[in-house]
Amino acid sequence: MKLIATLVSIAALASVPLWLRDPYLMNALITTGIFIIGAMSLNLLLGFTGQLSLGHVAFFGIGAYTSALTSLGFDIGVFGDFHIVHEPWPPIAGFFLAIVVAGLCGYLVGRLSFRVRGAYFVIVTISFAEVVRLVALNWIELTQGPLALNNIRSIAIPLPGLSELVIRTKLHNYYLVLTVAVIAYVLIARLVRSHFGRAMRGLMENETLAVSVGIDVTRTLTLAAVISAAIAGAAGSLYAHYIRIIDPDIFAFINTVTMVIMVISGGKGSLAGPIVGGLIFGLMPVFLRPIMAPEAQWIAYGGVLIVILFLLPRGIVPSFSRLLSKQRGQAPAPDGMAFAKNDAKEPA
Amino acid sequence: MSEFLQHLVNMLVLGGTYALLGIGLTLIFGIMNVVNFTHGVLYTFGAYMMFIVVQQLGMNFFLALPVAVVAGWALGAIIELTLLRPLRGSDIDTTMLVMIGAWIAMQSGALWIWGGVAKSVATPFPEAPLVIGPVSVSWLRLFVLAAAALLIVATYLLINRTKLGCAMRATFQDHDTASLMGVNVDLIYPSTFAIGSSLAAAAGALLGPVYVIFPQMGDLAAVKAFAIVILGGLGNITGAVIGGFILALAEELGAGYVSSGYRDAMGFLIIIAVLIARPTGLFARSERVG
Repeated sequence: MKLIATLVSIAALASVPLWLRDPYLMNALITTGIFIIGAMSLNLLLGFTGQLSLGHVAFFGIGAYTSALTSLGFDIGVFGDFHIVHEPWPPIAGFFLAIVVAGLCGYLVGRLSFRVRGAYFVIVTISFAEVVRLVALNWIELTQGPLALNNIRSIAIPLPGLSELVIRTKLHNYYLVLTVAVIAYVLIARLVRSHFGRAMRGLMENETLAVSVGIDVTRTLTLAAVISAAIAGAAGSLYAHYIRIIDPDIFAFINTVTMVIMVISGGKGSLAGPIVGGLIFGLMPVFLRPIMAPEAQWIAYGGVLIVILFLLPRGIVPSFSRLLSKQRGQAPAPDGMAFAKNDAKEPA
Repeated sequence: MSEFLQHLVNMLVLGGTYALLGIGLTLIFGIMNVVNFTHGVLYTFGAYMMFIVVQQLGMNFFLALPVAVVAGWALGAIIELTLLRPLRGSDIDTTMLVMIGAWIAMQSGALWIWGGVAKSVATPFPEAPLVIGPVSVSWLRLFVLAAAALLIVATYLLINRTKLGCAMRATFQDHDTASLMGVNVDLIYPSTFAIGSSLAAAAGALLGPVYVIFPQMGDLAAVKAFAIVILGGLGNITGAVIGGFILALAEELGAGYVSSGYRDAMGFLIIIAVLIARPTGLFARSERVG
């Protein structure tokens, strides 16, 4: 049942370019899709380990810059006359490097910041993102600072036996983003249903109890942070090669907030939550644009966030699935566990 | 050497307002345990109150400061009563996200009302700075330091020497017991939040004329306030004052001797270093955090 719903949703999303011709809407869908990938990766931390990272955009931005710099090349001087010169590589290499570099950063940040919890963790992660933003702004030799990295090449996928496919049009980009999103979704879904996923949720419910049954807290949390950061890095890379210009504003706090809003409104700890929340909040500006001034749109944005938190504190998807199971006369599934019922096999 | 002395003088002036920001937030974040993302907006709000009273209404500069304090107090009370009161008892993440929503809405509101163009405020102080030996400091900045010092001492006395201050400390130590002892806790929550907010507004009103006033000016101020509170230890007013001066010193020396581009990175680096090495703050008794 769940599988059918998932396949139908994917088919519906895949059919969108066939009937939607408006380039502005397509653009909104592609950027929303990229942010939804970021939101899904954030959900892995926020929804399944309970750690609210408000520096998530750092990994997104690091992915974007890594990918852009790999494909553009750079020449930086260190220790006076010694230069590190990097010749441009194919953008597809940048995409995979972005995943690796963002994952490594996730490891480092995780090792450092998981020493503290709650509000302290939140503030450490915000600080990390701001430091990275200031480095991107001030290390002009590498990043061009506020002048931005321009003319980032489009991703080209080498096809076996054929010439390579350059992802240049909106149609191409849409399917690329959709493919990466589906891969990320499947990866996260398999992960949270595994032994490791149960360890994560055990930690979220009761850390002391989880430790007492032998769950290695730091290892579990760090692994979650690495995977989450790597997926965010992939999203950042897609963003860089789609928009084709990036500047330090990519690290703006509001981008993290956007991802958090997508996760919270859709329902943290629910696999479909970030997608539903992401589609609502990603496409909201498109529908608000004709009727509101840009500042008023942001006021509405903040207002809607507050209203959702007041009315549906658990998020849209969990609230509705609860309603559905009540109507069918089933006992409501406990928080975050609804999807894990029919898949309880234990990996070795 | 004279350069270093100048940095020290700048640090004193900057540190005073940082301390003001810090003690405002330590009341809200440290004592009430609300991760207050609207603190920066209150700072911006105070600065715009200054702009309205002095530039638009043409009233006295010295009258504007109390107006900003009272307006900040009122806005803080409104935020507590409308947004935080219904959420009392819910988890810290929900409250934090509601405050983020309020921050986005209020900052965009400021942008809508006053526009994105930076505003400046005329002051009654002479242009020529006061020069003592190798260092010079403007009269405006001296006034800012004096006003900040006055407000800091007043807050310290309010929290530590008055009945209201005692009731506040009791309420956030043990809500139920304080209530049983006859403290009207429903009054204490908005009072504390309002006092913290009025201090943020005062800091904005004092620094607004020194720099320029624009809708996003509060963002960095808020992060710096968090740095100061963490540095000094949660709820520790003396710690927040010392933390404010330490942050100001780190920024001055960082900007002067490392690179001015990284001036604003100091606060973040301090947060990361302190939380990793000594998460209870530099001046706290040992206790487990998190």
